[in-house]
Amino acid sequence: MIRFALRGRQPRWLLPVLAVLPIVLTYLLTAGPIRAAGANPAAAYERYVLQPLSSVDSVFEVLLTSTPLLFTGLAVAVAFRCGYWNIGADGQLLAGAVEATFFGLNVRGLPAGVAIPLVILAGAVAGVVWALVPALLRTRLGIDEVVTTLLLNPVALLLVQCLLNGPWRNPENQFPESAPIDPAYTFPRLLADHRLHLGFAIALVLAIVVGVIISRTPLGLRMRAVGRSPEAARFAGIRVERTMLGAALGSGAIAGIGGVSQVAGLQGQLTGGISDGFGYTGVVVATLATLSVTGVVFVSVLLADIIVGAESAVRVLQLPPQMGDVVTATLMLCVVAVLVLRRYKLVVRFPAALHRSRSRPGLGEDAA
Amino acid sequence: MTAPQPAAQPTASYGTGHTPVVELRGIRKAFGDLLANDDIDLRLRRGEVHALLGENGAGKSTLMRGLYGLVRPDAGQVLVDGRPVSITSPKDAIAAGIGMVTQHFALVAPMTVTENVMLSSVGLGPLDLAAARRQVKDAAARIGVAIDPDARVEALSIGEQQRVEILKALVHDCRVLLLDEPTAVLVPQDVDALFTTLRRLTEQGLAVLFTSHKLHEVSAICDRVTVLRRGRVVTTRDVDGAQARELAELMVGRPVTGVARDAVLGFETDEAPAARRDVDVPAKTVLRVRGLTVAGTASQGRRALFDVKLHVDAGEVLGVAGVSGNGQRELVDVLTGMREPVAGSVEVDGVDLTGAGPQRLMDAGVGRIPEDRHASVVPDLSVEDNLVMEHLDEFRRGPFVDRRKVRAHANRLIEEYAIKAGPTDTVGSLSGGNMQKVLLARVLDREPRLVIVAQPTRGLDVGATEYVQRQLLRQRERGAGVLLVSEDLDELLALSDRLVVLSEGRVAGELPVQEATPERLGLLMAGGTIEEVTA
Repeated sequence: MIRFALRGRQPRWLLPVLAVLPIVLTYLLTAGPIRAAGANPAAAYERYVLQPLSSVDSVFEVLLTSTPLLFTGLAVAVAFRCGYWNIGADGQLLAGAVEATFFGLNVRGLPAGVAIPLVILAGAVAGVVWALVPALLRTRLGIDEVVTTLLLNPVALLLVQCLLNGPWRNPENQFPESAPIDPAYTFPRLLADHRLHLGFAIALVLAIVVGVIISRTPLGLRMRAVGRSPEAARFAGIRVERTMLGAALGSGAIAGIGGVSQVAGLQGQLTGGISDGFGYTGVVVATLATLSVTGVVFVSVLLADIIVGAESAVRVLQLPPQMGDVVTATLMLCVVAVLVLRRYKLVVRFPAALHRSRSRPGLGEDAA
Repeated sequence: MTAPQPAAQPTASYGTGHTPVVELRGIRKAFGDLLANDDIDLRLRRGEVHALLGENGAGKSTLMRGLYGLVRPDAGQVLVDGRPVSITSPKDAIAAGIGMVTQHFALVAPMTVTENVMLSSVGLGPLDLAAARRQVKDAAARIGVAIDPDARVEALSIGEQQRVEILKALVHDCRVLLLDEPTAVLVPQDVDALFTTLRRLTEQGLAVLFTSHKLHEVSAICDRVTVLRRGRVVTTRDVDGAQARELAELMVGRPVTGVARDAVLGFETDEAPAARRDVDVPAKTVLRVRGLTVAGTASQGRRALFDVKLHVDAGEVLGVAGVSGNGQRELVDVLTGMREPVAGSVEVDGVDLTGAGPQRLMDAGVGRIPEDRHASVVPDLSVEDNLVMEHLDEFRRGPFVDRRKVRAHANRLIEEYAIKAGPTDTVGSLSGGNMQKVLLARVLDREPRLVIVAQPTRGLDVGATEYVQRQLLRQRERGAGVLLVSEDLDELLALSDRLVVLSEGRVAGELPVQEATPERLGLLMAGGTIEEVTA
């Protein structure tokens, strides 16, 4: 018989176990499917996890892939920390991408030194605008933000498609993609021979800033108090609605900059696939990171590692491309399941021992 | 393997001869690391009122709930009439002739008394309401109370609702009645009525087991008493031979001393209350409330508070008494800045603060310690963070939180208030007493001019209770005004200089503590007027 019992105190060994156990479990759980798909699980994991980290070039590829996840993961973590369940980072990212494209197509002739800060600011504002209505509905009227932020995602996607099939359709080839943006807005590369761009550096700086705000400033402490116990925060004189509104809009701004980074840093134009569900993956990242900023950085890179690895696994091992998602999803489930151990411990009792230790039958024991 | 016999030797002399109606052997129940019941043996005899006495958290309720099938003990055995029975749900308990009245009543408010009583026994077939009404009437006659079977439960007083709960048990022909803290919610007059009912039941051969932490109740009604401490039976003995002080010491596990303690634990005390007002501070009014009216919820009617007028002087403790739900919570909410009144005024030190929020109240020197501790501190944050939460701006260096200052502040208060925790422990991991001390330290360290405090000792053990009460008295000596809301009459009488009673959202009366007796307060709490009471 296995039961969950509340933990009194967290033992010291718990934290390392919580970090390692999900990885082991994920390996065990996915070994079967990978085998069934015709590959050696150990070889597959070598591809998924180690191969992308084996060369300088592919490490940069991993960092490039992690960039949008860093933005959305941070955005979601900021909001969740304050108890605002922003599931709309995808829409906010798209809003930022649209805004960047608007500037890139229409405001030409600026020097790069002006254009880049301008487009970043514009993208942040667009993210804020996209986040504003659900945030106001939540803080003023108490309307559940999970639904409103989530439902604005397809709205943003439809807006993108509307623009790409209408005014912004590429005049050269009539594809539903925008024309290339003005090169003045294009993010510079961080290295001469790789695509890794300024967006990654911005994401890292944002991560540091957000991390410092959350852990070291009165504002961060207020945000955490509001997130953990709004009643107690209100009781202590904290303006709960204002704090939450601020976190919600800050979250939107970060996601919006993520959209700018995809357009101006990577693609150089707006496409229908500008967001590969980054907003939703951001929720996964933030959750796996238990809302810690360092965790977000680490998890973004880990997921990017698996995404890049999955591409090579497709090529080399002929594994289906979805297997990467299977691994990521299993990892997420394992982490969430194992997190239960933070508050509960497993009590395992064997029927034989049960009889030996308790000779007296009686109350509530027949089921045991 | 035989059960190790605990210290309950006196039971042996009763146990021989006739079989107890219920016998518990070696009951054990753990919640996580907490051992709530540890190898408990108990025998309940026909026709006796047996008290389970112990502090909060001693394991009384757990034991009772285990016997009624609401929790499943980890080990142990229950015998009814000498035969082992297995009780895994209240259904089994009812079948074994055990009935229980839980602390929070399990009644459906919009349904009638008869419907409520029948609810637990309806099958799939048609309902015979007429027969049910007769049953209810018979049962009511049995315990000698008049109760209208067709009255809607929500229209009944708390005391009457409790009677309905007892009727529910009786209709199922129970032979053992379990009452969990039956007197906690009652005004003194209802307590007397309850005891009369219990005597009638025991005369008919029922056994009654009830939990309490009030010694005077035990001596008033019980035949035998079992004292629990930290999940273990300390002793079982006849009430006649037991000294109240002795029982208290068994309950607490150490000699009981202290000024406030005696009255709070329910000893007969003649410590002249008049002598308590020994501080000669010129009576300057720190809090003045006039015409305070607060909108109520649907179940309370239109007004939760109506035209409340009261004042608190410097160096005075004003006790606010009342049966819970008569406007105390709303009064505290307004005075702590968590709710806005629809009419009336609140003045602190002559400054109008009507409708002020937490920040303005704190700035005006109001210290606030409301009853819901979990809504006043953030359980998931650390002790040190919670201690600075109300005045974060005083603990910053540039744009950052000055961690060193926060830590030093926490260490000082932990020392000063004897909080058993480290500065980085989360407040949620602390015991109720230590959590309350964190809140006390946060508030009292600022030396507020006025302290608003509600149910400060609810759920605390004796040591923590004593500490908290001393701290409140110290505020009074310091010259602060204290408004103390409590449902514990003993606590109110021990700490207050003056008492007001709230009844249905109005001030039913005001008494200096010298004139306040439990009977008078009870009358006011039950809706009497001050003229009736002092006449």
